[in-house]
Amino acid sequence: MKQSVFIKTMKPKVKHFGESISLLKRNRLTCLSFYAVIMLLLIAVMAPVLLPAAQHIDQATNPTEKLLGPSLEHPFGTDELGRDLFKRVLLGTRISLQTALVAVLCAIMIGVPLGAVAGFFGGAIDEIIMRITDIFLGFPPLLLAMSIAAFMGPSLRNATLAIAVAWWPWFTRIVRGQAVSLRERQFVRAAVAIGTPSYKIVYKHIIPNCLAPIIVQSTMDLGAVILTISSLSFLGLGAQPPQPEWGLIVSTSRNYFLNAWWYSIFPGAAIAFTVLVFNLLGDGLREIMDPRTRNV
Amino acid sequence: MKRFLLKRILMGLLILLGVVTITFFVSRVLPSDPARQWVGIRATQEQLEKARGELGLDRPLNEQYRNYISDLLHGNLGTSLRTKRPVLSDLKTYIPPTIELVLMATVAAFIIGIPLGVYSASHKDRTLDHFCRVMSVASVSIPTFTVALLLQLIFYQNLGWLPLGGQMDIKISMLHNVPHYTGLLLLDCLIDGNMVLFKDALRHIILPAFTISLYPIGLIARMTRSALVEILSEDYIKAARSYGLRERLVLWKYAVKNSLGTTMNVLVLCMGYALVNTFLVEAIFSWPGIGMYIAVAVTTLDYPAIIGVTIFSACAYVILNMIADMVIAIDPRVRL
Repeated sequence: MKQSVFIKTMKPKVKHFGESISLLKRNRLTCLSFYAVIMLLLIAVMAPVLLPAAQHIDQATNPTEKLLGPSLEHPFGTDELGRDLFKRVLLGTRISLQTALVAVLCAIMIGVPLGAVAGFFGGAIDEIIMRITDIFLGFPPLLLAMSIAAFMGPSLRNATLAIAVAWWPWFTRIVRGQAVSLRERQFVRAAVAIGTPSYKIVYKHIIPNCLAPIIVQSTMDLGAVILTISSLSFLGLGAQPPQPEWGLIVSTSRNYFLNAWWYSIFPGAAIAFTVLVFNLLGDGLREIMDPRTRNV
Repeated sequence: MKRFLLKRILMGLLILLGVVTITFFVSRVLPSDPARQWVGIRATQEQLEKARGELGLDRPLNEQYRNYISDLLHGNLGTSLRTKRPVLSDLKTYIPPTIELVLMATVAAFIIGIPLGVYSASHKDRTLDHFCRVMSVASVSIPTFTVALLLQLIFYQNLGWLPLGGQMDIKISMLHNVPHYTGLLLLDCLIDGNMVLFKDALRHIILPAFTISLYPIGLIARMTRSALVEILSEDYIKAARSYGLRERLVLWKYAVKNSLGTTMNVLVLCMGYALVNTFLVEAIFSWPGIGMYIAVAVTTLDYPAIIGVTIFSACAYVILNMIADMVIAIDPRVRL
C-alpha cells in the first residue's frame, strides 16, 4: 500500500526528469557542455584525492626540471620551480569551482530573499531595496569586488566574499521581476486570502516559483564568477602562492612566458574552457526552460 | 523627453552618491585599519593613535562621513601611500592614457564589430556567421589577461611586428619632443604634426586596444546581427527590395541605419566594461594608465589610491550608463 503511493508520487517525477534529459539531448552543444561540466566536477573532486597534492603545491620543487616544454611526461610542461603544470592545473579545478560555487550561493542567499520580499510587498520596501540594488549595480562587478577584496586583505576567502557582495543585485533584480508577476497570480492571492503569513508565502510560493530563472542565471554566472576570481587572483587579490589557482599561475608566468609559452597558455586555456562550458550550458538551459525557444 | 532626461540625471546623481557611500563603508568599516597602513607595521602604539587622530579615524562615523564627502567635493582624495603625492594629481597623469586606450578600443569595436554583424545577418547561417557567433561566445569566456599574453607572444616574440609594451619607444621618445596638450598621446602627436612619434605611438597602442576591444567586438557584432535579422524581415525592407533597389543599398541605408540605436547603446556600455578591463591589461602592456596604477596600488595596499581609482571608475561607469540610456531616448520611435 505504502509502496504504491510512493510509486505514484515518484512516477511523474521520474518521467519529468526523463523529459528534461531528452530535452537536453536535443541540443548537441548543450549536451556536450553538460558532460564537460560533469567532467570538470569529477576532476575537481578526484584530482586532490588522486594526486599527492603537497608534492605539486609547494614542496615538490625540482630545479633540474624547471621550465621544460610540454612532453609526454609533463603534458603542460613545468614551471620555474620544476613543478608539473598539468597537475597544478588539475588541482586548480577544485579551487576555481569551489570558490565560484560558494560565491554564487552566497549571492543567491542575499539576493533572492531580498528580491522576493521587494516584489511581493511592493511599495516603500520595494522602492528602498531596489534603489540599493541600483546603487550596487552602479559598480562594475570586478571593480567592487576588487576594492572590497583589497580592503579585507588579499586571500581566496575574502575574494569569494567580495564577489558575493558584488553579485547579489543581479539575483535581486531577476527574482523581483518574477515576484511582481507572481503576486497577482491566483494561488498567491488564495494564500493571502486564507491568512497565510507573508513570510510563509514568500518562501513557500514566491521563491520556489522563481527557481527556473535563478538556475539559468546562476549557471551563467558561475562562468563569469570563475573569470572574476581568476582576475582577482591575477591581480594578487585572490589566491596566494603556492596555491595552484589558474589566474595566479598565469600571473606568475608573466616573468617567464616569452620563453615558456606553455606556462601561461595552458592555465589560461583551462579558465577559458571552464567559463565557456558554463556559458554554453547556461545558454542551453535558458532555451530549454523557456518554452518559446524550446523548438519542440 | 525633458522629464525623462531630468529624471535620469537625478537618478544618476543619487546612484553616484550611493556609490561614494559604499566606497566610504568599504574603506572605513571593513576590518582593515587605514591608520595601521599609514604608519607601517613597526610603529608604536602612540604613533598609531596619533595617526588615527590625524586621519580623523577617531571621530564618530557620521562626522567621518561628512568630512569624507566634503573632501571629495573639494577634490581631496588623500595622499598615496606609495608615491607620496596627492591621489588627485596621480590620477590626472594616469587617466588620459587610459581614456586613449578605451577610446581606441571603442573605435576598433565600432569599425570591426558592425561590419561583422551586418555580414553575419545578411549571410545568415553561413560559415562566417557561425564563426561570428563562436567568436562572441569565446570573447566572453577567454580571460583578458590570457588574450594579452597570447597576443604578445604572437606579435612580439614570434612575428616581431609590434612592440611588447609601453606607450612609445624609449629611443624615439628621447629623440623627439613628446608633446603634452591634451594628455592623449596620439592626438597630441597629430596636433604637433610629429608623424614619427605618431606612428610609434600607434604601433604601441594596437595590441592593448585590440585586447580590450575583443569583448565589445563580439557583443556589438551579436547585437547588430540580431537587430538586423529582425529588421530585414520587416515590410519596408520587402518594399524596398520589390522596388528593385540594390541589395547593398537596402542593407546599409535602410536596415543598418535603423539598427544603429541599439548598437550605439551597447557601444557606450562597452566603454564602461573596457574601462574596468584596462585593470587587467595595462599592467601586462606596461601602459601608464589607471589600470597599471591600481594594479600596483593593490599589491602594495595603497588604500587612498585604490579608493581614488574606484571612485573615478565607478563615476565614469555611472555616467556612461546614463549616456547609454539617453542614446536610446534620441531615437524618435521610442516613446517615453
